[in-house]
This record gives sequence, C-alpha cells and structure tokens, in this order.
Amino acid sequence: MIYREAGQFKATYSADQALFPIRQDQVGVAILLVIAYIVVPFVGNDYWLGSIFIPFLVLSLAALGLNILTGYAGQLSLGTAGFMAVGAFAAYNFAIRVPAIPLLLNFALSGLCAACVGILFGVPSLRIKGFYLAVATLASQFFIEWLFTRVGWFTNYSTSGVISAPPLSIFGHSLSSVWSRYVLTLAIVTVMALGAKNMVRSSVGRAWMAVRDMDVAAEVIGIRMLRTKLLAFGVSSFYCGVAGALWAFLYLGTVEPQAFDLARSFQILFMIIIGGVGSILGSFLGAAFIVLLPIFINIGSGMFGHAFRADTITQIELILFGGLIIFFLIVEPHGLARLWRIGKEKLRLWPFPY
Amino acid sequence: MTFFLEVLVGGLLSGAMYSLVALGFVLIFKASGVFNFAQGAMVLFSALTLVSLLEKGWNLWMCLGITLAGMVFLAYLIERIVLRPLVNQPPLALFLATIGLAFAIEGIAQAMWGTQVHGLNVGIPDVPLNVKGLLISEFDIFTGIIAAVLVAALALFFSKTRVGRALRAVADDHEAALTVGIPLRHIWVIVWAVAGIVALVAGIVWGSRVGVQFSLVLIAYKALPALILGGLDSVPGAIAGGLLIGASEKLAEVYVGPFVGGAIESWFPYMLALGFLLIRPEGLFGEVHIERV
Amino acid sequence: MQTSKKWFSILCVAVVSGVAAPVATVQAADQFVPVPIYRTGPYAAGGTGIFGGMMDYMHMINERDGGVNGVKLTWEECETEYKVDRGVECYERLKNKPPTGAAMFHPLSTGITYATIERGAADKIPIVSMGYGRADASDGRVFPYTFTMPINYWNQNTAKIKFIGTKVGGMDKLKGLKIANVHHDSAYGKETIPILEAQAKKYGFHVKHYAVAHPGLEQKAIWLQIRQDKPDWIILRGWGVMNPTALKEAARVGFPSNKIVGVWWSGSEEDVRPAGDSAKGYIAAGFHPAGTDFPVIQEIMKHVQNKGKGHVEKDRVGTMYYNRGVLHGIVTVEAIRTAQKKYGNKPLTGEQVQFGLEHLKIDEARIKALGATALMSPIHTDCRDHEGGGMVKFQEWNGQKWVTITDWIKPDFALTRPLIEESAAKYAQEKGIKPRTCK
Repeated sequence: MIYREAGQFKATYSADQALFPIRQDQVGVAILLVIAYIVVPFVGNDYWLGSIFIPFLVLSLAALGLNILTGYAGQLSLGTAGFMAVGAFAAYNFAIRVPAIPLLLNFALSGLCAACVGILFGVPSLRIKGFYLAVATLASQFFIEWLFTRVGWFTNYSTSGVISAPPLSIFGHSLSSVWSRYVLTLAIVTVMALGAKNMVRSSVGRAWMAVRDMDVAAEVIGIRMLRTKLLAFGVSSFYCGVAGALWAFLYLGTVEPQAFDLARSFQILFMIIIGGVGSILGSFLGAAFIVLLPIFINIGSGMFGHAFRADTITQIELILFGGLIIFFLIVEPHGLARLWRIGKEKLRLWPFPY
Repeated sequence: MTFFLEVLVGGLLSGAMYSLVALGFVLIFKASGVFNFAQGAMVLFSALTLVSLLEKGWNLWMCLGITLAGMVFLAYLIERIVLRPLVNQPPLALFLATIGLAFAIEGIAQAMWGTQVHGLNVGIPDVPLNVKGLLISEFDIFTGIIAAVLVAALALFFSKTRVGRALRAVADDHEAALTVGIPLRHIWVIVWAVAGIVALVAGIVWGSRVGVQFSLVLIAYKALPALILGGLDSVPGAIAGGLLIGASEKLAEVYVGPFVGGAIESWFPYMLALGFLLIRPEGLFGEVHIERV
Repeated sequence: MQTSKKWFSILCVAVVSGVAAPVATVQAADQFVPVPIYRTGPYAAGGTGIFGGMMDYMHMINERDGGVNGVKLTWEECETEYKVDRGVECYERLKNKPPTGAAMFHPLSTGITYATIERGAADKIPIVSMGYGRADASDGRVFPYTFTMPINYWNQNTAKIKFIGTKVGGMDKLKGLKIANVHHDSAYGKETIPILEAQAKKYGFHVKHYAVAHPGLEQKAIWLQIRQDKPDWIILRGWGVMNPTALKEAARVGFPSNKIVGVWWSGSEEDVRPAGDSAKGYIAAGFHPAGTDFPVIQEIMKHVQNKGKGHVEKDRVGTMYYNRGVLHGIVTVEAIRTAQKKYGNKPLTGEQVQFGLEHLKIDEARIKALGATALMSPIHTDCRDHEGGGMVKFQEWNGQKWVTITDWIKPDFALTRPLIEESAAKYAQEKGIKPRTCK
C-alpha cells in the first residue's frame, strides 16, 4: 500500500534509468537527507555529532569502499585499514608541505594516492584468489603500517611518529566546531555514496559483478580481467583513502599508524557482512551496527550491570558482540540490507497481504 | 658463517612453532572448507584453561585431561550453535562466523579465568645447548619434535583411517558427502575437537615461552603466511611453509633489517608468501582447482 | 524469516531504550572523575591494575574522609579496549557529566593521550598522562591542559643512564660502553630515541636501537643480533607480551638479566612472571615501588578491600600496577584539594582543577600525611613545568617480588628541559598555538 510503484509510468529511457526511479524512494531519500543535514545538526549535541555520527559516516565510507571491492567485484581484502592509512598520511603530507592546498583537493589527492597503492597491491589478484588473496592482502596491511612507523619522512620526523591535523578551514570558514566538521563529512559521504550507486549500475559495475560471479566466465564473454580488477582495487582504495583522511582530519585530529591496524580492517569487513555484501545501503547499515553496538552495550551494561562484577561485564560485552555477529549470519546471511528489502516487499502489500 | 647457521637453525625452529598453529587452520579447512579464524582464540582458551587448573595445584595429567575434555565440549558447542545452522552457506559467511566466534571465545576465556598474565611451566627444559659453537635452544628442538610427531600422526589419520577419508570427502562437498551417507555432524565435531587438541599443544608450547596471556591470539598472524605459503589444505604444507617462513624471516631481519630500519618481521613473511603465490596460486602443496565455466 | 524479524525488532527496541534512558546516577554535589578503563585484550592487566588502584584510593577517601573536604568523588567506567577511537568516544561521553563535568582525564594509553590533548585544551579539561604520553607536554606554556607528572619518559631515561653510571662506577666510565635500546616499534617505543642519542653524545657511549615488531611474540632475530653485537647494557622499552618474551630470549642467548634495565611499562609483575627464572635479577625503573607496607595501602585495605568493596582482586593490591593506580588517585585527589583552596569546597570544573594540577605542592611532609612515604617522590608543578620534578627508583625482580635497590635517583633535568622546550615549540608552531607567558 505505502510502497507501491503501480501507476508510476516512465515515458523516457532516462526516467527509467534514474538513480531512484520509484517515487517512494525519491521521497525517502529526500527525507533522509533533510534529517541528516538539518534535523541531526540541530538536535544532536557535540557528543552525538562528534563521537557517533562522524565516525559512523567515515567508517560507512570505508565500508562502501570495501563493498565495491568485495561485494561487487568479489575480491576479498583484509587490507582496508592500510589503504585508509595511506589516505591519512598523504593528506597530512599534502597539508604540511603545500600549506595553500584547499582541503577538498587535499582529500581528493589523498584518495588518489591510496588508489595508486591499491592498484599496486591489487595486481596479485589477477593470479591469486579467495582466501589466499585475503591473506595476501594482509601483506599490504602490515607493510603499510610498518612503512609509516619506520620512515620518518611520512610523519615529518616527529619523534613519536604521530601525525596531527593542522587547523582546518574550507572556503575561508574555520572548521573548529563539531557541527561544521559533521556537515562537511556528511557532504563528502553523500556525494561519494551517490557516485558509488551510479557506478555500480554502469557498465563498469556490471563488469565487476560478472567477475564476482565467476571470473572465468566473465573473461570468456570478453571482460578484460586486468582492467576490471585493478579498477575495482583503485576505486575501492580511493574510497578507503578518503575515509582515512577524514578519520585523521575531521574525526580524531591525530593519528598514529596503529590507528589503522588489522583490527580496523576486520571491523570494516564486519560492516559489509552485517550490512549486506554488494549493497550501498548495506554499507551504511552495517557501519551503524558495528559502530554503535559496542557503545550501546557498554552504556547499557553500565545501567543494568551493577549486579555483576565490572570485569565480567566487559567479557559479556565481548561475548555478546561475537554472538550477535554469528546470530546475524545465521538468520540473515545477506545482511541488514536484505531485511530492508524484505521490509519493502511487505510494505508493498500492507495492510492487505493477499 | 657460524652466525649464519645459527640464525638459520633458529629460524627453522621458530618456523616449527608457527607450523603448530598453522596445523590447526589446515585441519579445519581441509575437513570443512572453513577458514577458521578462531584458531588463535582456541589456543588462548586451551592454554588459559590448562594454566588456571594447574594453579589450583592439581596434577598435570589430570589438568590436561580436563582441558582436553573442555576442547571437545567446545567443538561440540561450535558444531551445534555455529556450524550446523550455516551448512551450505558461502565460505565467506562461515569465515566471518568464525571471527564472531573468536570474539565470543576470547570473552568466555577471560570471563572464566580472568585477564591476568600467567607463567606456564610444564617441565620442558629451556637451556641453550652448544653444538659445535652453534647456540641452539633445547626448548626449540623439543618443539620441533612435537611438530614432527603431530604431523606424522595427522597425515596417517587423514590417509589411512575411515574417519580421515570421510573428512576429505566432506571438505570437497558438504551435500555430496551427506548423500553418500557420511554423518556430517559427527565429522565436524571430530575435526574441531582435533583442531582443539592441536590448539592445546600450540598453547602449551607458546604459553611456556611467552606466558599465557591474551596476546596468544595474535600468534595466528604469525601462522597465516606459513599457512598460505604451504597451501591451505595440506598438512605437510603447513610444516614446509612454517619452516620456510621461519628461516627466511629471521635471515631477512638479521641481514636486510638493519638497512631498512628493522622490525620487518611484521610484513616480510606475508610478502614472501605473496611472492610464492604469484608462482603457485594454491601454495606449495595446496590442491590445484581447475575452474570451468 | 519471521523469527529473525522479531528478534531484530526486539534488538532495535533494546538498543533504542538503552540510549534514550538517562544515565544519571551522579549526586548533585559530587566531583566526577572519568575512568576510561580497559578490562579486555592484551593489555587488560595494566588497565584493571592501575584503574583498580585509583578507584580503590578514591573509594577510600570517600569512606574515610567523606570525600575531599566533604565533596564526594564519583566515577564511571568506560571500556576503551585500549583503542584510540573507543577512548575518544569515552572522553566525549564522560566529559560533561553532571554536575561540573570531568575533573580530569587519565587516558592511560599513548594513542588516546595524543588524540585527547587537543580536545582537552579546547574543552578545558586537563589530560593527565602520568608517566606516559608526550614528553614535551611537560612544557606548560604550550600545553596548558596536559600534565605529565610525576615524570616523563625522557627524564626517566636520563635517570636510567645515571643508574647505569653508578653501576659501572661513575658517569665517566660510561665512555665507550655499548648500550642496546630494545624498543617496541610504535609511538611509545620510539619516544626516547632522540634523548638517548643526546646522552650518548654527552657521555660518549654507543647506543644502538633494535625495533621489535608489534606485538613482539617472536624476537629471535633481534636477540641473535644482540648476541653478535655484545652490548654492555640493554634498555628494554617494551609493552605487554614483548617483555617476558624479551627476557626469555635474553636468557636463551646467554645475556645476563641483571644487565637489562626496563622502563616502567616493562616492570610489572605481569611482565616478569611468565618469564620464570629467566627474569631473576632483571632491573626495572619505576616512579614508585611495589609492596603493601605503606600506610596508605593499609588504609585502603582497611576501608575498602577488607570490606569486600575493592575494584580489583585483593591479591593484586600492592603490585606495581596497583600502586601506580594509587599514585594516580593521590594526584587526582590532591589536585582537587589544591583547587578547592582557591575555588571553595564544591564540585569543580576541569578548568578549575587545572589550577590545582598546576599548583600541586606535594612535599615530603604532605607525602607523610598521605601515608605514602617512600611510595612517591615530591611533586611541585607550576605554570611552566607540568612534570613536577619526580624521581625514579630502581627495583630488581628476585623471582618472587620486586625489591627496591636504589634510593630516589634524580633525572638530568638540565639536559632534557631545553629539548622539551624545543620540541614543544615545534608543536606550537605546527599547530599555530601561541605559548602562554608564565610569570
């Protein structure tokens, strides 16, 4: 009833190929954007904006990047955090070596740096597959972490190897308030998410999906493996690189190489599995789930947990986190995005499901 | 030259310790096609259980028996709660489930036995031996022997016993194995239990070396390059991979490390494994899969 | 599918209600101190031990004295898992707790310290990194809201060289010695490299740095190299599992453990116990000794632990980490007390507590009154110096417990202060901070 596309006729091909062809979707996205851009900044306080929404958005972006690679092009990667590190350190070096560089250009260039590194480490994917590839991508993860710890040039020879973001401004406005950083993050993420949505339905995206479903078959029908796979690595790393730069500049302010360790890569992998492999929306749902869950469990156990000893509670949090991941995989291996799709199917008929 | 030999031998013996951990991965992958990321957590769980029982002042063999029973029970629970509902799901989902499992096992282990750091001494001697000017640790030789015995036993188990052959059938295809009448559930419990025992052995060896503490879960990362270098589904591969990785990483750290700032042990094994994989994408001893459209 | 949806909605409801419900258990007239603890993961022993000691001390102050001049202390734990982003989230969650916000924040991790320094300065909440974090934050002109008392890494390191000097029979005997610096390959581990280089130049010894890859489970290559290089002394700058592994490997290559000097993050019971006999004779620095025979620890036993209200297992009282936590508690309480002299006996804001931290005067008389004689060295902070001139004691592990083997050793402030100021000035320039002028 609510979600029914009957009666919406498309008169032109371009209307049929729109990003959101169904009116309910258009309205939904519009409402979502209004909430994100207008309601949230006014309602949320600094804690919510700065410690929940910004990391959520940044990690969504990284999850989106990994989803392009793993969900659409089918290449399992455990090196996501490494590419984020490249983005973060590139952004830092651009900022201190070329102080006049505009912030957005800086982020774009950092993303490009990460893309180059990603393409380089993507080359083995032409030969190695599956779990072998996943473990091989750990090489990039550990190597990049080591490189930024070891080579002083990347951290401008700071004794400790920690980089910290210089004072930021965009078009002359200082980004000192949490509110302004939130809006900038949101704007970047919105643009890049729409870009990704567009990309995955283009010929490139369809080539990726063909490779994912079976790369031998894809090669047989004339998809060029080299270009398609490396492009997936490049685009994915671009997204991760920008996410890394945002993480360092707009969220934490300071970053050491260990901020992008393997645990981060796994965290992002979790996001796309829980959210939905091969779904743009899923990247956001998964990020929300993985970012918020430990915090909520922590707050919740602080409220209800006085009956237990404090260290037991912490372990219960850990068990609960692991258990929920298994639980989700069992009840819905296709992730939260699939639940959303099922919900839409139901809404189509509701309240007369006959 | 002596120094070179010393590094080489030391590296090979370290490699044997990596193999012990890699073996656990191989077992489960070989028998169920699951890349079990919880192996490190299982090492922690078994070692922590053993050491906590020992600290109650009980007899070593009794503690070992109880811990073994615990690992079998854990295997049963894993099969019941995690694997059975996920039959025929894509390998990625199973892989992720084992990561969730790793969190849960880490939590359970720490909730049961606390987060304290323990020393473990099961009586393996640890004095350096001087063999013709080479300094070799007795402990490491002991480890090497344990690894060799385990591998021989497992190789026999897989090739000569009925259960072992059933395991290999299951790995090839869950449904086909079910069709020909292999009891999938029992098989999985058995293989996870065996992996649990291997984890216990690794836990004892590593635990007496670095102490029983949470960081034991991290030894999985030392085992992974050995694992893919040898081939995910090959028991001898895990050993060969371990030795190769151990020796070359030590040599690299000593002879290349100083020129690039050191601490290259974190990534060098992975790069080496990557290099080998470019030549042999299924690892040195891994089964070659022919892909057809 | 039906069940899954049901479960999902239950989960959603639980999550939403968990957030929406107000988390207000703090009384109106209490002073709030956040506790960003880590109870799980590889470093849990440090998190539970130190914050356990700190909470026990604050609890004791509440029980025995009815709070600080009548103002009760309250605290809330927040699990960081030793991760920077979780730590920042904890900081943001707890900084505005009623009634007056966080009095100060103990990050208890190098990464979280770095990430909260700027936030603390912006929010006017003191970041107190006791014996860790940025050494150059001891310059109060550039870092008004960061404190490193009682002593930072650089000064610890100079004390260590002094200790080695006394061991070899005078500082002039250091000339020509070979010292190996075995350090964790991270921000924390690399922090002392420049100061060691500076000292090597001053005293004429040779220093060589050996980086151990995180987490340090495998160090054979490093120790074979050390055996080859034959250093006279080793400085061990480890963290977590790297420490026992290093001690074991040292024994294996035949390096005497009484020639290894560890930093205070390599000097807890948890660091040596797993190494067994290999650790016997090993020496570690500390800004406090271990043990329970200090009046303040006895008071805690009486008022908190023996009543079953302890925040950590009873058998850990008096361990290195625990006593460090008690010191955290003493500094916290004394800073609040000092600030109360100026602002009155009521809950204070972080900005007001900053005054207390900056005007700390814990002299021998005060230490005696606190019941902490020999547990801590005097601390005097001012606007310029946020470190307070702490000193270092060295202890030896006898296989059972830590035995103090030196009196307080004074670091080489004359050497480090200019370096601290230089490094702080560089930071100020990068960040566009205009240093305060101190009278």
